[in-house]
Formats: sequence, structure tokens, C-alpha cells
Amino acid sequence: MYVSLGPAKVGFTFPGISYLNHSFSNLFKMKLLVCISQTPDTTAKVSFKSDGKEFDAAGVQFIMNPYDEWYALVRACELRETLGGSVTALNVGPATNETTIRKSLAIGADDAVRINADPQSAGFVAKQIAEYARIQNFDIIFLGKETIDYNGSEVGAMVAEYLDLPYISYASKLELNGNTATLERDIEGGVEVLEVDLPFVVSAAKGMAEQRIPNMRGIMTARTKPLVEVAPVAYEESAKTVQFTLPPAKAGVKLVDPADMDELVRLLHEEAKVI
Amino acid sequence: MVLVFAESPRGTLKKAAFEAVTYGKKTADLLGTTCVALTLGTVKNAGELGVYGASRVLNISDGTFDHFDSQAVAAAVATVAQKEGATVVVLSHSSTGKSVAGRLSVRLNAGLVSGVNSLPTVQGAALRVKKSVFSGKAVGEYEIDSAVKVLSLMGNAVKPVAGGAAVSVENVTATPTGRIRVKEVKTQEGTVPLPEAEIVVSAGRGMKDPANWGIVEDLANTLGATTACSRPVADSHWRPHHEHVGQTGIAIRPNLYIAIGISGAIQHLAGVNNSKVIVVINKDPEAPFFKAADYGVVGDLFDIVPRLNESLKKFKAAH
Ligand SMILES: Cc1cc2nc3c(=O)[nH]c(=O)nc-3n(C[C@H](O)[C@H](O)[C@H](O)COP(=O)(O)OP(=O)(O)OC[C@H]3O[C@@H](n4cnc5c(N)ncnc54)[C@H](O)[C@@H]3O)c2cc1C
Repeated sequence: MYVSLGPAKVGFTFPGISYLNHSFSNLFKMKLLVCISQTPDTTAKVSFKSDGKEFDAAGVQFIMNPYDEWYALVRACELRETLGGSVTALNVGPATNETTIRKSLAIGADDAVRINADPQSAGFVAKQIAEYARIQNFDIIFLGKETIDYNGSEVGAMVAEYLDLPYISYASKLELNGNTATLERDIEGGVEVLEVDLPFVVSAAKGMAEQRIPNMRGIMTARTKPLVEVAPVAYEESAKTVQFTLPPAKAGVKLVDPADMDELVRLLHEEAKVI
Repeated sequence: MVLVFAESPRGTLKKAAFEAVTYGKKTADLLGTTCVALTLGTVKNAGELGVYGASRVLNISDGTFDHFDSQAVAAAVATVAQKEGATVVVLSHSSTGKSVAGRLSVRLNAGLVSGVNSLPTVQGAALRVKKSVFSGKAVGEYEIDSAVKVLSLMGNAVKPVAGGAAVSVENVTATPTGRIRVKEVKTQEGTVPLPEAEIVVSAGRGMKDPANWGIVEDLANTLGATTACSRPVADSHWRPHHEHVGQTGIAIRPNLYIAIGISGAIQHLAGVNNSKVIVVINKDPEAPFFKAADYGVVGDLFDIVPRLNESLKKFKAAH
């Protein structure tokens, strides 16, 4: 598949040194970037260190953020399989994240990049991704719709703004035809169908692809695929965590006699005041 | 000044916009300043935002804004924020707001907290806000100390307060800069979208078969509720995927969540545990959902749900 450098890309100029060289060597290959984050497992018990400022990772199992893995990464791999090109997985995180990064290679990414820093905030992570992507000339930058730990849904929009690219959030469908993509985006109570030319940033939601379990061959080849470490760039934080707290426990369930639904209605009206 | 970007999907201001303006007004009161609302494109009832506390309502009437593009919206909101000297920008934590908030924070060099669910507290020049994190399993409190601050407001977190009067709309201009071509918007009219719904009736695998959903829909109709489902139900295409709630579906916080034949797995609870009141109907008294419930009924849903519906109809007729 030959993807021409459309007019949108011409405006995508930076004083970057490697921009020209890089795009020259890959002139006719689609370049896809998938940003993956590592989150506590969905069943993890959430607790915080004694100062209340930091998640307590002791004994917690970590996974690739489900939206990044199931939808963003798999769709990028599918596009590469049908259209050619390459899929790069990128994680901002410490060396301990490499198990998660290797999993993305096992699922199908061709190579991976780890920006060696603690992912301290959405703003920080977005800045790192943007500065890396700026000189790499990706056609599509994929992310998951949000992370399941901090639930911010902020990074994609920030990256898009740093790079002055269109951003399509919560996309549940992505088809590519030449230089033009057709996407469906989840909106309140429905979907929006839209078209956009490469390059762009997209956050993936359920529907875009089906989860893939890495096979043995994938796991074996993942070990030898390139995983490059990159140093972070400086970023000034403007929001800081004051503290995390656990929500108050529920008072306990009030069981209602299954024979008496009038009583449940009365409770919902008089006691809970919700109907 | 607190600037509120009041979104108007398909030309109409809805609850999300009224909530955001109410929140903006209350924040402005805390800061001793005014609240100004901005609408984009063709908007039917923009002046009505005065009722919820906007002292001025600005509109960029360019029809290009009738189709959503985060790039164009962020540029327009940022331009107005800078021109009008906004120190806080508020938007809804909706599909629109989530696409715009991050862009705005970069443009305005502003600290961002998305999905806030209560009013800020003022700490000198900084603001402290709270939001739900770890899929509802914890609350995070953050402090923003940049000169301009961006906050996106979780749906159903504040009640719209109609205390003022409608104002006349002032026209402002900004050049749209988007590159997205919206082809079609497909929405289900007549139902309240899940994130906005105040009452949600949700059902799980205990329903046994998609053909059995009539009793759930009847109950939802009686209550004026929106229907939802657990993940396996959506995965097996018993129900449309936009009904899927939970950690990997939509996170909601309605006033009343009725769970029918749902076991209450931790990933399901993660999306619904911020609901004000939870009612669980399940035949298994050991189902984990009862631990997260306010009211529980242990029994066969095929027997209970139709009778609950009858009792509700009786109640509705009398009230
Ligand atoms: C990474 C990950 C993410 C996930 N994300 C989500 C998510 O976002 N949302 C989600 O919902 N799940 C999610 N899950 C799945 C979750 O773990 C559960 O498997 C799922 O929620 C179970 O759905 P259920 O309660 O409908 O079905 P089941 O667990 O099968 O429960 C059915 C319930 O119905 C009751 N029942 C059966 N018959 C009757 C009857 N006649 N009358 C009354 N009660 C009856 C049973 O007692 C049982 O409690 C996720 C899982 C993983 C691993």
C-alpha cells in the first residue's frame, strides 16, 4: 500500500533534524504509533501510601490499559497487516514497564519505544509523546479512550494540540482509504461518522477491534524486536495531587421482602427520595 | 472571569450545558468574579444560559461550528478566553469536552483537571478540586496553580440552578480551523443518553435471552429511565454496545441504578458505584452486588421485575 504524503502533512513542518531523513526512508510506508500505558489490573485493590499522595503498588498486578491493548493496538496491527507499514508502541514509564511493552510486541507491534520517566501526569506524558512523535512523522497516533486508573481522557487531545493535528476521540470504527480515514466516534446517545485526512490522532473505544491473545510465535519474536529507550524532555507541572482518599463505605444493603414490591417503591420515594 | 464553554449538540443546549454554567457561576462567586458563557454555531436558546448564572452569553454564529471538530472548538474557546481575560475555563466532561479540554490546556498553558465532581475550594491563587479516580474506587484531590485553569465537569455532579434571567446574546468572531468533515450524526432520539440519565435500569446475563428484555424495557418506560447492560450482554450482542456500563464501558452516576440479574463483578461496579442509590435484584443472596447495594431483593427476576413495574405504575398514577 502506498500512502502519499498528503497536503495536510506539508503543513506538519518542524525544525526537526531527522524529519526529512526519516520520512525519506519511509516515504511510501504508513507509520503508526500506538501509545500504551500501564495500569493496575481491573481487580486490584486500590490503596494509597500513608501520605495519601501516591498509589500503593505493593502486591498489585499491572496490565496494559485495556483500551490501548484491545482496541488501539489491535486496530493498528490490522491496518498494518492489510496496508503495510509499521506499528510502533510507545510507553512513558520506568524500566519495570518492559513486560507490558513486550506484550505489545507479542500482540503485533514491530518495535517499541520507552521514554524513561515516571508518568507523573497526563500533561507530562502528552508532552513526551508529542516531542517524540514530532520528529517521527507518524500517519496515525493511536491511544486508548482513557486509562482505567486516573480516568482522565486527556492525553490524546493534548498530543493533538501540541502537534496541531485533528483529534478524534472515542472512535469505535476506523477505515482507511488511501490518504483518507472514515471514522465513527461515540457521542452521547449515538455515533458521529466523519472523514479526515492523514495524519491525525485517534483515541480508541470498544468496537474498533477485537481483543487479541498473543500466540506463542508472537511471544517468541517479541523478545528480539527492538525496544529503544529515549530520555524525557522537561515539563513544568501546573497541577499537583493533594491527596487520594477512599470513598466512604456503603451503610449496608436493606433487603426488601420479594413479595412486597409496594414497599420497595415506598422506600425509593420516601427514604431514598429518588422517584 | 470564569468562562464556560456551553456545548450545544445539534443546536440545542442541554442539561450538560446548564450544569456547566451553574458550576461556572458558583465558582465565579467563590472567586468574587463573573461567569460568562460561550456557545458556538447555530444555537436555539443561548440566552437561556443567563437563567443558570451567566452574566453575559457570547456566541460565534459561524455555521462551520455546527459540526464538531476539537481543533476548531479549542482554538475558538482559547481565543475568547484570552480576549476576555478568563482565569478559569469550565466545560462538560462529555464526548465534546473530553476532546477539547486537553487541547485547551495546551493552548492556554493551563493546568487541567478533568471530570471534577464538586465545587473547587480557593487556596490563594490556586484552586483545589476533586474527581473520582481508579474507576470510582477512590477520590483524588488536585491543586492547580497555573494562571489559567481548565476544569471539565462530570455529568450529574451538580444540579442546574435556575436563579437568574435570560440575557441577550452578544456575537463574537473567531475563524474556524478544523480539518474534520462530519458526514452524519446518528442518534437515538427520544431517549436520554446514559451519561445524562438520572434513572438507569440495567440487566445482565441473568436475563438468559435477549428476547426476555421486554420486562426491563417496560420497567424503564414506567420510570422514564435509560437502559444499560453488563459487558457479557453487550459482547454477545444481546444489547447494543453503547449500553455497556462498567470499567470498560461507560461510567455513570445516576440518582438511581437498578441492577437486574447482574452479579456485581468488580469491573461492573467500577462503572456504577458512584450512583446515589443502587437497587439489586438477584436470585443469589451471595451475589457480590448486594455488598454495594442500598436496597436488595433476593428472588427470581422474572417474577419480581413485572411486579415491581406494577407497583411503580400504581405509585405513578397516585402521584
Ligand atoms: C478486564 C476486564 C474488564 C471488564 N469490564 C467489564 C465492564 O466494563 N462491565 C461489566 O459489566 N463487566 C466487565 N467485565 C466482566 C465482569 O468481570 C463480569 O464477568 C460481568 O460483569 C458479569 O456479567 P453479569 O453480571 O451480567 O453476568 P454473571 O456474572 O453471569 O451474573 C449473572 C447474575 O444473574 C443472576 N441471575 C441468574 N438468573 C437469575 C434470575 N432468574 N433472577 C435473578 N437473578 C438471576 C445470577 O445469580 C448472577 O449473579 C470485565 C472483565 C475483565 C476481565
